[in-house]
Amino acid sequence: MSETKHTDTARRDFLSNSAKLAAGVTLAPGVMLYGVAHAATAGQGASDKVRWGMLVDTNKCAKGCDACVTGCEKENGWGQGSNDEQRSNSKQKAQWIRKVELRNTATGHVQSLPMMCQHCENPPCVDVCPTGASMKRADGIVLVDKHICIGCRYCMMACPYKARSFVHEELTDQRAHAPRGKGTVESCTFCVHKLDAGDGTTACAEACNTEGHKAIIVGDLKDPNSEIAQAVAEYATTQVRADLGLNTGMRYRGI
Amino acid sequence: MKKTLFTQIEASKGFYGLLAGLGAVILVGALAWYHMEHNGHWVTGMTNQIVWGMPHVFAIFLIVAASGALNVASIGSVFGKKMYKPLAPLSGLLAITLLLGGLTILVLDLGRPDRLIVAMTHYNFKSIFAWNIILYNGFLGLVAVYLWTMMEKRMNRYTHVAGFFAFVWRLILTTGTGSIFGFLVARQGYDAAIMAPMFIVMSFSIGLAIFLLVLMASYRWTERPLGDVVVKRLKNLLGVFVAGVLYFVATMHLTNLYATEHHGVERFILMDGGIYTTLFWFGYMVLGTLAPLALLYHPATGKSRGMIGLASALVILGGFALVYVIVIGGQAYPLQLFPGYEVMSGFEGGVNSPFYAYSPTLAETLLGIAGVALTLAMTVVAVKNLRFLPQSLADSEVDPH
Repeated sequence: MSETKHTDTARRDFLSNSAKLAAGVTLAPGVMLYGVAHAATAGQGASDKVRWGMLVDTNKCAKGCDACVTGCEKENGWGQGSNDEQRSNSKQKAQWIRKVELRNTATGHVQSLPMMCQHCENPPCVDVCPTGASMKRADGIVLVDKHICIGCRYCMMACPYKARSFVHEELTDQRAHAPRGKGTVESCTFCVHKLDAGDGTTACAEACNTEGHKAIIVGDLKDPNSEIAQAVAEYATTQVRADLGLNTGMRYRGI
Repeated sequence: MKKTLFTQIEASKGFYGLLAGLGAVILVGALAWYHMEHNGHWVTGMTNQIVWGMPHVFAIFLIVAASGALNVASIGSVFGKKMYKPLAPLSGLLAITLLLGGLTILVLDLGRPDRLIVAMTHYNFKSIFAWNIILYNGFLGLVAVYLWTMMEKRMNRYTHVAGFFAFVWRLILTTGTGSIFGFLVARQGYDAAIMAPMFIVMSFSIGLAIFLLVLMASYRWTERPLGDVVVKRLKNLLGVFVAGVLYFVATMHLTNLYATEHHGVERFILMDGGIYTTLFWFGYMVLGTLAPLALLYHPATGKSRGMIGLASALVILGGFALVYVIVIGGQAYPLQLFPGYEVMSGFEGGVNSPFYAYSPTLAETLLGIAGVALTLAMTVVAVKNLRFLPQSLADSEVDPH
């Protein structure tokens, strides 16, 4: 232990400097991009100050008319609105919305109405989904997260309105705003892409208006000044299968 | 107490032949699965009306059987009946292989089986499905530990505790399986608390029938002695379980019949439902309940191994028929959105019938059968490589208490 040997630190310095350089090269772009990549502030997230709802006046709903269905198909890219699902049979093809004709067996009275996802406040489909893919937004819209849907179809078993469809084959003709995929479950999205863009209405309501029937009103049930809130306060309206206590966002007049 | 000697079975031409046969069935099933997964479910008979089909019937049948197969071990370890103790390792093994077979079918039928890892990492704890994922995997682990306590001499003193936990766990598991349907308020054929205990008693019956058949077959094919003491006890117990299932099925239907709102679905299942009515009365009631009860308890047939084997096979068939009626029949009866109204639109059923139709395709049926073959193949490989089977279950070797 007489003289201290001078350690040759050249190699150590080289390794140390290389490590610093590598770290810098790795981190720097992230630091730069973090500054640059502010996503455009996507407006507010969905808020529970809003409750989207739809009122269907069955007195105005015309038998034999399916403008709402066609409007939805074209907007969201299913059924006639897409080239897909050529191999699925009629029971396997998606059906986000359907026209239903009802005949009262006691009185013989016939009426028609559109039936789709009722966007329940207490959705059974959300309760039973094992992964949480079936979810409800704060503003009441019930959706399926296509990233985590495993295609188990339990939500389809649970839905009291038979509102959901399973995609039975490969799709290639989807709309960018309405992602669909083989092996996942889907249903009416309440045209969430239109609502978030500020349109304030859905494709089915627009189509019904274009046809001249004006049977569908879309709006914020929590806004006392909205057309829908005033309508449901003035006229008697019901929910389908109200006894289940699901408090649906869809309401009907005349049933 | 006499120590039971457990030994591996010997390899033989029959052994390899059986394994080859099962392997062929599994291979065909795998090809069927590939066809389904690659093309999408349009190649199956499942639709947006009947969303769960033949694969699910097989899967639920196997899963229910799995929990029931553990019964024999539980009677030994938890309730202290000595005669059942040598049977416990085979019971635990069958519980594991039946569950794995059922789960394999279930997972492979998913729309996105590649997302299984998502299912294992994202949990919605309000969903009974999410709980079932935990319950099923936990069951596999618990039974594995239970088997270890039985087969590792130094762990034998923990068998009672492990058996107790496995017993409680499987009651919760089967309750969870029955609740898959019991929790569905939307459908007339489900939405009943009784489905959970009914599934438990179904598991007792189907599980024991499978156990008895596997026991008799394996002892016959390996030419090991299987005495009447064991067979008689098990067949009497099977009769009790078959009667138990009848009680729950009868109670469920009679209760539904009392409520006018359920008359529609009851009429469908019990009278108008075509294949479902046939399967219920002929498949489940006659073949699966009345015939086995007669065969098991009648003095002329109750002593014959052949008749007992036949009775067990009939119980299995009847159990399968019952699961089919529950799973598919429950979906075939349309949802009642507008009581008092006749719904006229193509989507709500056929033009000629309001009920939803289902015809299983070959592919989905083969997937289900392959699951059964997988269970049997795993069982066969296991008894060859580990000491699950007692060398002898002759009357002189068994403790009848």
